[in-house]
Amino acid sequence: MATAYTPGLKVTNRITHRCRRVLPIPGDVLVGVGDTVNARDVVAQTLMPGDITPVNIANILALPPADVPECMLKSKGDPLEIGEPLARTKGIFGLFKKDCRSKVAGTVESISPVTGQVMIRGEPDPVQVQAYVTGNVIEVIANEGCVIEAEVSFVQGIFGIGGEVFGRIVGACSSHDQELTADLIKPQMKDCIIIGGARMTDQAIRRARDIGAAAVVSGGLDDEDLRDFLGYDLGVAITGSEDLGLTVIITEGFGDIAMAKRTFNLLASREGDDASVNGATQIRAGVMRPEIIIPLSEKEKAREPESSHPDSELKLGRPVRIIRDPHFGLIGEVSDLPAEPQVLESGSKARVLEVKFDSGETVTIPRANVELIEG
Amino acid sequence: MKNIDPDNVRVILATDCGSTTTKAILIQKLDGVYRQTHRGEAPSTVEAPFADVTMGVVNAVTEVSELAGRRLIDDRGRIIQPAGGDEGCDIYISTSSAGGGLQMLVAGVVRQMTGESAKRAALGAGAIVMDVIASNDKRRPHDQIQRIRQLRPDMILISGGTDGGTTTHVVQIAELIAPAKPQPRFGRAYRMPIIYAGNKDAVSMIEGVFDETVDLSIAPNLRPVLERENLGPARDKIHDLFLEHVMAHAPGYDKLMGWVDAPIMPTPAAVGSILSTIAEQQAINAVGVDIGGATTDVFSVFDGTFNRTVSANLGMSYSISNVCTEAGMPNILRWVHFDMDERELRNRVKNKMIRPTTIPQTLEALIFEQAVAREALRLAYVQHKEFATTLKGVQQQRTVGDTFSQLSSGQTIVDNMKLDLLVGSGGVLSHAPRMHQTAMMLIDAFQPEGVTTLAKDSIFMMPHLGVLAQVHPKAAMEVFEKDCLIYLGTCVAAKGVGRPQRTCFEYVIRGETIEESGALAFGEIKLLPLGLGETATITAEPARGFDLGAGPGRRIERKVKGGTVGLILDARGRPLQLPADREICKRTIEEWVTSLDLYPTMVVAA
Repeated sequence: MATAYTPGLKVTNRITHRCRRVLPIPGDVLVGVGDTVNARDVVAQTLMPGDITPVNIANILALPPADVPECMLKSKGDPLEIGEPLARTKGIFGLFKKDCRSKVAGTVESISPVTGQVMIRGEPDPVQVQAYVTGNVIEVIANEGCVIEAEVSFVQGIFGIGGEVFGRIVGACSSHDQELTADLIKPQMKDCIIIGGARMTDQAIRRARDIGAAAVVSGGLDDEDLRDFLGYDLGVAITGSEDLGLTVIITEGFGDIAMAKRTFNLLASREGDDASVNGATQIRAGVMRPEIIIPLSEKEKAREPESSHPDSELKLGRPVRIIRDPHFGLIGEVSDLPAEPQVLESGSKARVLEVKFDSGETVTIPRANVELIEG
Repeated sequence: MKNIDPDNVRVILATDCGSTTTKAILIQKLDGVYRQTHRGEAPSTVEAPFADVTMGVVNAVTEVSELAGRRLIDDRGRIIQPAGGDEGCDIYISTSSAGGGLQMLVAGVVRQMTGESAKRAALGAGAIVMDVIASNDKRRPHDQIQRIRQLRPDMILISGGTDGGTTTHVVQIAELIAPAKPQPRFGRAYRMPIIYAGNKDAVSMIEGVFDETVDLSIAPNLRPVLERENLGPARDKIHDLFLEHVMAHAPGYDKLMGWVDAPIMPTPAAVGSILSTIAEQQAINAVGVDIGGATTDVFSVFDGTFNRTVSANLGMSYSISNVCTEAGMPNILRWVHFDMDERELRNRVKNKMIRPTTIPQTLEALIFEQAVAREALRLAYVQHKEFATTLKGVQQQRTVGDTFSQLSSGQTIVDNMKLDLLVGSGGVLSHAPRMHQTAMMLIDAFQPEGVTTLAKDSIFMMPHLGVLAQVHPKAAMEVFEKDCLIYLGTCVAAKGVGRPQRTCFEYVIRGETIEESGALAFGEIKLLPLGLGETATITAEPARGFDLGAGPGRRIERKVKGGTVGLILDARGRPLQLPADREICKRTIEEWVTSLDLYPTMVVAA
């Protein structure tokens, strides 16, 4: 039977992490198996074919399309500079000739006698892929890229905006439930990954951007503040390509919500270390969550990993987070798993479980509305 | 397709492989009639780490097998065929929308003419249309090329020009696509399939534009003359290429294609197939809707013409935030009869978007989700009506009698007054705790006029039956009639707008189980009991200015079908207008909620 609960987000102080770094089109791979790479190193590069600019010579020179090829001053494959004549009419008795000059630089890609259209391909754009994570190359994918492996601390967020950035971890809040406000963000946090606690305010995000921080991570965020920062209302959760000068990650959800204690403690324990952060989120088939990756030092690698829950089964005693109102954001442990579906207040019938909070209070929740806290 | 003797078919197995769930149903011949007997589901396994669709199929079929007490999978993990004793099946068929379904880019010369025809062909074949490129789409050629380069379609359809007409423009479109070299979604070894279905005189020129990096196929022109569309051959070509290219590159599909007894169909194409068949056989006009987490599909058959639209970002989980953005929060909250904090709601909506599998636990959350559903369905239907039109660009001959008629070509063919059957499907409609809620969501969003039967396809069986109709039409029809649709009842609604408390229509209803008469004032809605399998005759006389199907103020007499909800008499008027004043609106909605007994009594903080 399909699992009726949501697998949780990964938060672990130690994991062997692999990332695949590939080019969008074939190119050169600059590293070999066994190489040690730094997050900012370029591991593969290529030249992306330049932009295409169509020029309708027949229209510009008022010629029948079929006459265009013989009026061309440039042939297919010829390079071209801005302002250079591309085609010239024959004129009348060799006089009154009219030129068509190119408005772009590039190479003539095709000349059509059917439409009288000439395609000019612009200069190729270099595309580079960085390692993103400091680690070792364990596989080279010929002409495409490589796979990098590293021992890291790994934190998955629930939602983010902005792409890949690197920086030093720096704490701004003293506890997991402290709101991240603008006054907590200092100029010395420039280029850093700022760790907050509970909800981050609109002013805090703007302040982080203004001082030149690489990323800001906190428990929650108001949707209205997200809309104001983005400049538009986000319709679907497919992000990562925003160019806002700051990557923003929330670990728990929207609204007034504190960062899970475990996540906060892990990030706080890595203060001062370099991390790779990506806000890209895709909540569709092939789900992608934002991430904070902190490579381990040799000394840390020697340490025992913290205990974790290796299985993803819903069992008595498993810590879970409630992910929908009326108890949204609360964390407790599974205290009962009734087999029979129950009728909810909404009138729907669904399989439920009982969650016990630290206070001793218990609540009944649909299984679909909890997620496992994964280690 | 295998040679199957329909008379010897006793057991049929069908699967539908979605992006998240693979659903299996078992159909068996019982006492000479085909009935759907068991169903099962399992998570789909198209994506890593499994990357083999057949694993999900085997899991879903295993669940059916356990429930039915019939062995359907052998020790090698393959479906047992043919049926014998307590094991195996005679026919195995499947549909697929996994991996986001079939994604296409279409191009035409004039956006409203060949561009729309190409879009119709692609949508009818079950595709999601990523963009329509046309000479007059108001983008500069450079921007069009950039757009083509960004997209990663599975296939491209190019149309343009009528046969014998000018060739220049359609070649120009091809010249934009060729250098853009759009990258396919699946693998670099994949050659982009491009179908050309435009002016036949331009075929050799089009062939000259593309090189060997694409796989160019030619289909007959889908708009040979302005007055006629010929979408069939292009649709067939899309299906062929879907199987040859897209499916063959999706993980595990090569294996699945070897198992099935009929070609795998894209899920929406299968739904279109069964809806068209039903509309044709029963001589009715029908609309079907499937509201999912990310998208809403609307299918319609009016006067034999089939149309389908996909509203790509209108859905109840992944796209719920987009519904709120497009409709606007006030439009959603107008369906809610109590106050809610907008800031809090915005956060809740986003939390549903980022955790799409959660379900409403409180009644308040359920009412809000059903309000969102009304707006998602309404917007999807508006888009459908705008798309399902008569052909645009057709010259019309006008007589003196048409002098005052300003109708032009390109009018919508969707006419709610002519609609006979409205079928809803998808989680929010199928799993509503009370079927009354399903019926009311359909009525509020689609606003049927006159007499319309309402039904739901509770387990979304239509895709399975669409493919089955290709191999065993009799079995498909029998199961559709008996097991697929759950009839909710009939809605009788008057078109027109009047003044509150003034009579809208008077009615007399006679049937074996019902004998009712009365009058409804404008703004009222009433539910009368008429059970599943029961019928009655309604005679209704609309007041001046109201129309029930026979014309303004004219009496109708119609036979109506009962259902799990009953007979709904709707005098709220069409178009349905909700009071602009929030307090009056809340009271109005509360009256409707009470009349239809939509929700259990709730206590909500004012």
